[in-house]
Amino acid sequence: MDGIHDLGGMHGFGPVVREEDEPVFHHPWEKRAFGLEFFTGSRIGVTGDEGRHAIERLAPATYLTASYYEKWMLALQLLLEEHGVLTAEQIEQRMAELAENAHG
Amino acid sequence: MSENHRHNAPESDIALRVKAMEQLLTEKGIVDPAAIDLVVDYYETRVGPRNGARVVARAWSDPAYHERLMQDATAAIAELGFSGLQGEDMVVLENTPEVHNVVVCTLCSCYPWPVLGLPPTWYKSPPYRARIVREPRKVLAEFGMDVGDDVEVRVWDSSAELRYMVLPMRPEGTDGLSEDELAARVTRDGMIGVAPV
Repeated sequence: MDGIHDLGGMHGFGPVVREEDEPVFHHPWEKRAFGLEFFTGSRIGVTGDEGRHAIERLAPATYLTASYYEKWMLALQLLLEEHGVLTAEQIEQRMAELAENAHG
Repeated sequence: MSENHRHNAPESDIALRVKAMEQLLTEKGIVDPAAIDLVVDYYETRVGPRNGARVVARAWSDPAYHERLMQDATAAIAELGFSGLQGEDMVVLENTPEVHNVVVCTLCSCYPWPVLGLPPTWYKSPPYRARIVREPRKVLAEFGMDVGDDVEVRVWDSSAELRYMVLPMRPEGTDGLSEDELAARVTRDGMIGVAPV
């Protein structure tokens, strides 16, 4: 697929930004995201190739602006919907409940 | 405790999304939070560039190991106990005075987990993936590594099937060093090929 993910050789990107003594994960949610990605695919019958393809199917603007683990999770949500495991509504509803509880 | 809670910044959309997905997938019996804890701990504390440094130090110290490493990297790396996910098929690229090797994954983030751990953010970033194949010398210079005009630069694009690790040149003046001392010299960036060792 000739998509935005095929970045090799593209012009227009600035310097490579590096972080001194970078931690393996930057936020607690990234750890959970890594774990979800690690286990979920094989449990719902998604192959590695299908998982990668899901990331490549994200909108180009999202692909370039979302953080790495954000991309993983947006792609995972897509696969969960496509495989009939969860709906977007279920996820949004649970997010609303969690936000509500946090403020309560 | 509720005081503490109130002072926390509201969770970001992505943090909430991940929490919601973990809860829902746990309720469906698809994931187990305790198993996630274990795998996170494993990749945070057990796997990382120290593993690759052992491989490099052994290759510098033991000619027979060096030969096995160049012939069948996956097997030679497994001899030291490093194998598994995202390292099933390994190729080691040896730097020489004539050739400098550097590794990228232009399409995403393929990286040899068993020997280097999870990749740094810059390795996965669009600027590195776009530029290292078009202007490798310039990018290497930005990393602080000037490669002479008489040295050929080879850029290797990793794939889902094949993962690369660079075997840096052994530094001058390290003849008397033990394998442990040599391993301490080896850096992650040296094994990606963006820094000398």
